Amino acid sequence: MEYLNIIFQESYKILFLLVPVLVSVAMIVWLDRRVWAFVQKRQGPNVVGPFGLLQSLADALKYIFKEIIIPASSNKVIFILAPIITMTLALIAWAVIPFGVEQVLADINVGILYIFAVSSLGVYGIIMGGWASNSKYPFLGAIRSAAQMVSYEVSIGIIIINVLLCVGSLNLNDIVVAQKEMWFVIPLFPMFVIFFISALAETNRPPFDLPEAEAELVAGYQTEYSGMMYAMFWLGEYANILLMCALGSILFLGGWLSPIDLYPFNLIPGALWLIFKILFLFILFALVKAIVPRYRYDQLMRLGWKIFLPLSLTYVVLTASYLFYFNLLPTI
Amino acid sequence: MKISRFFKTILMTDFISGLFIAVKELFKSKKTINYPFEKGKISPRYRGEHALRRYPNGEERCIACKLCEAVCPAQAITIESAERADGSRKTTRYDIDMMKCIYCGLCEESCPVDAIVQGPNFEFSTETREELYYTKEKLLDNGDRWENVLAANIKSDNPYR
Repeated sequence: MEYLNIIFQESYKILFLLVPVLVSVAMIVWLDRRVWAFVQKRQGPNVVGPFGLLQSLADALKYIFKEIIIPASSNKVIFILAPIITMTLALIAWAVIPFGVEQVLADINVGILYIFAVSSLGVYGIIMGGWASNSKYPFLGAIRSAAQMVSYEVSIGIIIINVLLCVGSLNLNDIVVAQKEMWFVIPLFPMFVIFFISALAETNRPPFDLPEAEAELVAGYQTEYSGMMYAMFWLGEYANILLMCALGSILFLGGWLSPIDLYPFNLIPGALWLIFKILFLFILFALVKAIVPRYRYDQLMRLGWKIFLPLSLTYVVLTASYLFYFNLLPTI
Repeated sequence: MKISRFFKTILMTDFISGLFIAVKELFKSKKTINYPFEKGKISPRYRGEHALRRYPNGEERCIACKLCEAVCPAQAITIESAERADGSRKTTRYDIDMMKCIYCGLCEESCPVDAIVQGPNFEFSTETREELYYTKEKLLDNGDRWENVLAANIKSDNPYR
């Protein structure tokens, strides 16, 4: 009886996190399309519901009722598993994101490592989908995507090391609390920029959306998918984008801390501040999608390996020597 | 690489100015319209769905001269005529195959009595091909329905003809 109670409580908590995340994913798709349209002076989706807010729900409904087509020559088990893996991995990473001092599902001490590990696994969903389709465009798209995600993860990892040097803990809550005096975006501004660009590449957003470059690869690894399985890929993708925005705001923009520790501002709950910061970063993501042309593949690889990697490594050395010289190394 | 270019790349000046332009455009008025609820203005010369007009007393304008049938480059028009009891020549059959029609407007140009015209309606899609074989009844019906607009369009375009 005891453990049943615990399981019930825990699943209650999980639902409390997952449902808002899924709803906000739907809203964020709407926001993305809307911002994109507004920059191009179009109206964007505005028919379903007030301001078109329910557009994503209508799309989801459409996907649910569509037929799922499984190619005859595909590896069926892996083909079906791929979108499930993508979506699950995008969602389980949310377990460690802190929305407040106590408002975190799993307050583990290796939170950042956990997120990093889970987002690395995200490549598997894509490469499985591409390979199991047994068709050339998905396969090429999956290979590109895997190479791209792996190479940008390296620079993201090193950027995270920069932050960790200043914090001295892998716990995400500790990282947020360490920014009480000053958000890390100020001392580590170049790293924030590189993190933002790497996050774009990591989540396959334009200008780095090569895996699904329509002109060359149809829809990349998603080409053979239809119906709910396609929708799951798409949900996973946007959940990943939100996760990257959340990670960016926790690492650099002070997470759930209010920008100024003054009377009217610290009344607003921390979760709301985190949501504002995530939204700010996401609108930047959407704007970048509207204004930047797609990179060529060799440019993408050059940017990742020859520019971002040395730059962030140099910055690690700089940060470490600065902290060591002025005796500012955190002691925990 | 020039020094100025180097700094431009490092500071991402092009990107940031682009971002500012994007934010500025974000708040400008939209250039598109909500199509099914809101429609763009179309010229009085617009060549849309065909219609056969009548005189104000209800008599059909068409005199079965078959000029439109002759001029039609797609040969979409089929006309058969016969003498009526009062001695006037009228059409017994006036068919337009709307799928053959290329909407060139030559039938309207050639008509000596402004009987066959192309109106402003462009929303006449159907679910079957058969519905697009327009007969005389359908065309006359169109003419009755759109008469006000058709007359106004012909009048406003008159000075230019």
